[in-house]
Amino acid sequence: MAVRPEVIAALESQFAGIAPSEFRGQTRVTVPAAQLLDVLTTLKQTHDFDLLVDVTCVDYLNYRDATNRFGVAYLLANTTTAERLTIRVMLDEPNPAVSSVVSLWEGANWLEREVWDMFGIHFEGHPDLRRILLPDEFTAHPLRKDYPLQGRGERHNFPVLTRGEG
Amino acid sequence: MPLTLADAAADAEGAQDYLWTLNFGPQHPATHTTLRLILKLDGERIVDAIPDLGYLHSGFEKLGEHLDYNQYVTVTDRMNYISPMANNVAWHHSVETLLGIELTPRCKYIRTIIAELARISDHLLSTGAIGLDVGAFTFFLYAFYQREKIYDIFESLCGARFTNSYTRVGGVMHDITPITITKIREFVNDFPRTIDDMERLLNRNRIFVDRTKDVGLLSKEAAINRSCSGPVARASGVARDLRKDEPYLAYEDFDFQVCCSTAGDCFARYYVRMAEMRESLKIVAQAVENIPAGPVNVGLDERTTLPSKQQVYQTIEGTITHFELVMANRGFEVPQEETYAAVEAPNGELGFYLVGDGSDVAYRARCRPPSFIHFATFPDLIRGHTLSDVVAVLGSLNIIAAELDR
Repeated sequence: MAVRPEVIAALESQFAGIAPSEFRGQTRVTVPAAQLLDVLTTLKQTHDFDLLVDVTCVDYLNYRDATNRFGVAYLLANTTTAERLTIRVMLDEPNPAVSSVVSLWEGANWLEREVWDMFGIHFEGHPDLRRILLPDEFTAHPLRKDYPLQGRGERHNFPVLTRGEG
Repeated sequence: MPLTLADAAADAEGAQDYLWTLNFGPQHPATHTTLRLILKLDGERIVDAIPDLGYLHSGFEKLGEHLDYNQYVTVTDRMNYISPMANNVAWHHSVETLLGIELTPRCKYIRTIIAELARISDHLLSTGAIGLDVGAFTFFLYAFYQREKIYDIFESLCGARFTNSYTRVGGVMHDITPITITKIREFVNDFPRTIDDMERLLNRNRIFVDRTKDVGLLSKEAAINRSCSGPVARASGVARDLRKDEPYLAYEDFDFQVCCSTAGDCFARYYVRMAEMRESLKIVAQAVENIPAGPVNVGLDERTTLPSKQQVYQTIEGTITHFELVMANRGFEVPQEETYAAVEAPNGELGFYLVGDGSDVAYRARCRPPSFIHFATFPDLIRGHTLSDVVAVLGSLNIIAAELDR
C-alpha cells in the first residue's frame, strides 16, 4: 500500500536533499547517506514505520544512466496501516559505508551482515560485522557485478588438507 | 562473539571454564538439513548459542542475475523446498509487479488454490516435524500421509510432485483440469478429519505441551523489532497477514480469518499453524467451486506468455509473439525500474526486490527469506532453556536451510 502524502511532505520539509519517486504505486525515497539514521529514526518514531522488512543492496556497475556504484535499500512497513516505504541510499567506491540501523531494529543485524558479505558495504556502528554466509577466509564480495558467475572460484585461496593434517 | 568452535572453546577456558561447548550439526536429524549451532552449556542449560550458517549457500541471487524471468522459477523451487508452489507464486507475483501485468481472473484463482495447498503442505511438515522432534512420531505420520495427497494433486496439475515450477510470467504452465479439481474436492472433504485427529493427538498431550509451552518466548515488541513475519509473528500477537493487509491474487473474494495467538511460545507457533491450515482449507474450498471461466494466461497483447499452438500456426501475431519470446535477447519489455513485491508464504513474508534493466534477465533479484530472519532470533529464544528444547524451538521456527542460505 502506498504511503500517505503527508509523510513524504513531512520528510521533505524536515530533511534537505531527499528525492521521493513512485513506480507502480510503490514510494521510494532516496536519502543522502549522512542523513540516513535521522530519517529512519523519524520514520520509526514519528510515522510508525515499525517493521524493517529487508535491507538489501544493488550494484549499479553497468546499469544505464546510473551515477553511483551502490544503492542500499531499506524496505520499511507500518504494521498498523500496512503502508510500505523504500528508503534508498546511494554509495560510491572506494569505501562504501553507511551507518548501521541495528540500534533502531535488532532485525537489521543479520541483514546488514549479509549485505557486507555479498557487497562489501561497511555498516558503521554495527555490533558484529562479520561474514555470514561465506567463510571468513573469503576475500571477494560475490554479488558485486565485477565478480564473475563462472570460473574456478576461490578454491586457490583455501589450503588443501591431507588426511594426516586434518 | 566467538565464531568458531575453537574461539568458543578458548572463551570457555577463561573465567567460565565450567561451561561446556557442544557442536550441534551440521549433520543432525533435528536440523532437518544443514545448519550448525555452537552451544555453550552450563550443565544442561544453554548459556549461549552461536548459529553458523552458509553450508547450503548456492548463490541463488547471483543466478537470478543470469536466468530469465521464466527460467528462474526452477531455482525458487529449491529455496523453501517444502512448499515450492508458494515460492513460484511469490516469484512471478514480483515479476508481474515489475512488468505491470494484470492476471486473468482464472489464473488468480488457480494461483490462490495452489498457494493455499502449498501452505497446508508446509504447515503439515513443520508441525509434523516439531512433533517428531519432541517424540510424537505418530503425529508425523498422520501429517505426512496428507502431504502425499497434496503431492498427488500437484502431480496431476503439472506433472511434478516436488519441484513444481508451475507458474509462468503472466500465467501458469497448464490450465487446471477436471481430474485435478476432483482430487482437490476429495482432499477438501477428507482433510478436516486428519486435522481433528492431529489436534486430538497433540493439543492436550502432556509430553508435547510440557515441552513446548513457555519455551522459546518471543514478545510482540521483539517480533516486530526483529522483522519477524508469518506464523512466527502472528503467534506473538502481531496481526499482520499480507493476504488481508495488501490483498493480492484473489484473496479479497474469500472469507477467512487471520489466526493469531498472544503467547509467543513454541506451542503458540504450533497452534497458529494448525489453525491456519483450517483457514487455508476454507479458502481452497471456496476457490475451487468458484473458478471463473475464460483464458488462464494473459492475452497476445501483453507478449509475455507463449501463445497457444492454434494461435501460433494460424495467426501471424501468434507466430511473431512465439518467436519473439523464444529467441534470445527478445522477449519481455521490462522497465528500467525497481520494485518490491511480497506474498504471504507459509513461512512468512516472502518477497523479491527486483531491478529491471530492459533485458529479459533481472539486474538484481533479491529474495527476502523468512527463515533467515527468523533464525536470527534463535539465540535469544533458546538462551536459558535446556539442550532438549533446541529441537522444539528450531522446529517451531520452521528453519529451512535451503532458504536460509540460498
